[in-house]
Amino acid sequence: MNGPLLKVENLTKHYALGSGIFKKSIPVIRAVEGVSFCVEAGETLCIVGESGCGKSTVARLLMRLVEPTGGRVLIDGTDIAGLKKAALHAWRRRMQMVFQDPYSSLNPRLTAGQIITEPVENFERLSRKQRQAFAAELLRKVGMSPEMMHRLPSELSGGQRQRLGIARALSLNPSLIIADEAVSALDVSVQAQILNLLLDLQQQMGIAFVFISHDLGVVEHIGHRVAVMYLGRIVELAPCEALFAKPIHPYTEALIAAAPVPDPTRARLEAPVEGEVPSPINPPSGCAFHPRCPLAVERCRIDVPPLVPMADGRVVACHVRAPATDIPAQPAAAANPP
Amino acid sequence: MRHPLVVIGGGLLALLIILALAAPLYAGDPLNMDPFKRLQPPSAEMWFGTDNLGRDVFTRTIYGARISLLVGLAAAAGAALGGLLIGVIAGYVRGFDNIAMRVMDGLMSIPTILLAIALISLTGPGIGILIVAIAIPETPSIARLVRSVVLGVRERPYVEAALCGGARLPKVLWRHILPSTIPSLMVQSAGVCASAILTEAGLSFLGVGVPPEIPSWGNMIASSRLYLAIAPMTIFAPGICLAVTVLAVNLLGDGLRDMFDPRSKRRR
Amino acid sequence: MQMHQTARNDLLLDVRNLETHFFGEDSVTRALGGISFQVKKGETLGVVGESGCGKSVTALSILRLLPKVSARTVGGEVRFHGRDLLDLSDREMRKIRGDQIAMIFQEPMTSLNPVYTVGRQIAEAVQIHTKASRSAAMKKAEEMLRLVRIADPERRVNNYPHEMSGGMRQRAMIAMALACSPELLIADEPTTALDVTIQAQILRLIVDLKERTGTAVMFITHDLGVVAETCQRVIVMYAGRIVEQANVIDLFARPAHPYTQGLMRSVPDRRRGRQRRLPEIPGIVPSLREPIVGCSFAPRCPFAIDICREKRPPFLDVGSSHAAACWRAEEVMGA
Repeated sequence: MNGPLLKVENLTKHYALGSGIFKKSIPVIRAVEGVSFCVEAGETLCIVGESGCGKSTVARLLMRLVEPTGGRVLIDGTDIAGLKKAALHAWRRRMQMVFQDPYSSLNPRLTAGQIITEPVENFERLSRKQRQAFAAELLRKVGMSPEMMHRLPSELSGGQRQRLGIARALSLNPSLIIADEAVSALDVSVQAQILNLLLDLQQQMGIAFVFISHDLGVVEHIGHRVAVMYLGRIVELAPCEALFAKPIHPYTEALIAAAPVPDPTRARLEAPVEGEVPSPINPPSGCAFHPRCPLAVERCRIDVPPLVPMADGRVVACHVRAPATDIPAQPAAAANPP
Repeated sequence: MRHPLVVIGGGLLALLIILALAAPLYAGDPLNMDPFKRLQPPSAEMWFGTDNLGRDVFTRTIYGARISLLVGLAAAAGAALGGLLIGVIAGYVRGFDNIAMRVMDGLMSIPTILLAIALISLTGPGIGILIVAIAIPETPSIARLVRSVVLGVRERPYVEAALCGGARLPKVLWRHILPSTIPSLMVQSAGVCASAILTEAGLSFLGVGVPPEIPSWGNMIASSRLYLAIAPMTIFAPGICLAVTVLAVNLLGDGLRDMFDPRSKRRR
Repeated sequence: MQMHQTARNDLLLDVRNLETHFFGEDSVTRALGGISFQVKKGETLGVVGESGCGKSVTALSILRLLPKVSARTVGGEVRFHGRDLLDLSDREMRKIRGDQIAMIFQEPMTSLNPVYTVGRQIAEAVQIHTKASRSAAMKKAEEMLRLVRIADPERRVNNYPHEMSGGMRQRAMIAMALACSPELLIADEPTTALDVTIQAQILRLIVDLKERTGTAVMFITHDLGVVAETCQRVIVMYAGRIVEQANVIDLFARPAHPYTQGLMRSVPDRRRGRQRRLPEIPGIVPSLREPIVGCSFAPRCPFAIDICREKRPPFLDVGSSHAAACWRAEEVMGA
């Protein structure tokens, strides 16, 4: 296959707050604003950011659980963002999702076997025998014993439930799995088990992941490339090692500095970045990070910085650290609605 | 399924249904009049005595249970089905929701008795029209309940997961959304059933319910009220049966609610 | 040696053999199986463990805030300044809570009343424990909000909790907890619901305030990173018992209990390489409904030998101020 597995161009999602029958102007939440990236086959792209940065909305947009306001989502060159619901059905097989909460993402009334084979049965008819064999195979793939297929989710531990969530995603044999905070609700020791499972699956089956997380330790461990989002935009996208070794965007820097490290001998962190994430209803002008940024200059208040490609293959949106030379605005900047 | 209220209420109701269905096997003809045996006191032959037209009160009471249960269950089933359908669609289709819920508000504001009188004066008395007249005003409350459950469940991650897995809307509704509406639907329907039985009796008593020749508890009470002093059983028999039936249905409803609600179960 | 002599006077909280059970319909869950530890004046003690290990139950047992119907502390002592809190009347206990021991929770919304302004709630806490006038208490509330670095405290005292962000609410909670200058602050996962940058601010705030006010802090968390950055001494809990206790440097340098070791190794760490399998702790946490014979970690433990499955290991010193409940602590430390 030529070109990337997944290519996202200028993806944008605005939510209108309330219906506007009686109001002249409806406030709009700019949840995702001109996000572009691509994912190669067998690769893990991580998206990190704090709550409200739009990372989960990106996941839901990719799965078409919400309709995008603008932009394109290309799988193997086909734009699925514009597809009708019926045409979309066939593309579901290529891309699956693992959810954050292993409790509420499984229907409490169905057995493990029913849950994990349901997606396949949306596409083909299975006999009882086939279904059982398939469920057993899926359970084995995620490291569970086939007898578990008759259990209800309430009879399973958190880690086992998350394995079921992964088995359900695997049942359609997808090329890409979107994992939205898939290990965030788990205890550390269980988290390690699930991360190992994901790494194994990637190695054995060549699955690509879009891994969404707020946990930098986890991201650093399993990511090939990392996109850092702040208030609906990507501010830095870089190969994982380069990003953690030398963050360029001041927000990336702040985020890495703020993450607690399990090493008491390390010098205690210097003053953490001040302030809180502003509301996406009324984001700051220019670079959204400028009110908290120690490097902010006049220009940051006025212009939205474009994503500028750097020598080591990363892109950074910062007027100070990555000034745009004579290159005209990148697509990210052009994504602003008129 | 071992909640004591469910067992008592359900058992009582089942007993009533069996007695009513098996009536032809052990009871006589409820319409058979005997002018020479009017207003007889209870005897070994006629357990509850006879009424003002010499009809056997016991037989009529048993046959009356058929009418009451039929009206109660049919009205509850009708309201539940209608409410479920409207509620599920309203919970899923925003455009329909706005219109349907305003219509439901309108329906809720019509008094049951007025609607029944209006419908019966249009078509003439009959059990069918009575059931419709009782079911219509009960539908909105069920529709609202189902809608609120659907609105809560449709945002659940497992519903989104089903959509991601390629499930189409009808399947999502059937497999993931409908089952979670069943508990509250059953509880609410029991309430509707009880009030439908009472409404039928009330309407019949007023003479706008089932036709007077049919033995229903409401009709029996209405025609016997003048003879209360002479033959009290003519009014007590259907009255007590009415109370017991409504009690059974309400107990069942309360039991179901406790059974489905984990919090009240814990407290038990 | 100096430390050793003053140890007695330094002691603030002395928990001995604390045992708490939860009573279900037909079962008893031994949530705390007899734990003992101490908190010294002005120190920060970390309590780590995974969900269900009993770390929150410990805090609730100390403060006697367990649900009365389903839980009971069935044994042990909680000596605070030498007095056993378990013997106090409800009224005396209420006076201790907030006045001398304060607590902050993971979700500040559960302990802030949504219908009163934040300032009024802090002022009320002040008024209950001191005889300050209404206006003096409000002044104090404003001062407390300034102390926890809420911008614009004059305006913020009149805010309702829902008008504040999550981070700000947690600051307000801390302000309320510290308003009566308690000697011990129990913080139960205070930053778990917060974003990383906000978490860093709050951790920093707690450490700063502790240094400024001399309040001892008992910091309950599941996050080893948070422990490393804030605590001086740490206890590690597993299945309702303390399995290891040490000062923070020793604990991270040479964990003496296999569970502590497993926990630390299962956290992703760049120093051990990316993209490779993390060491797992196999199996799951045991049920606390059935009595456990031997060491509760034995079924999951790579070091387990016969004695581990038969006899519960005693809590033994493995270094100065470092103790672990493991038969093979020496081998574990060498591994």
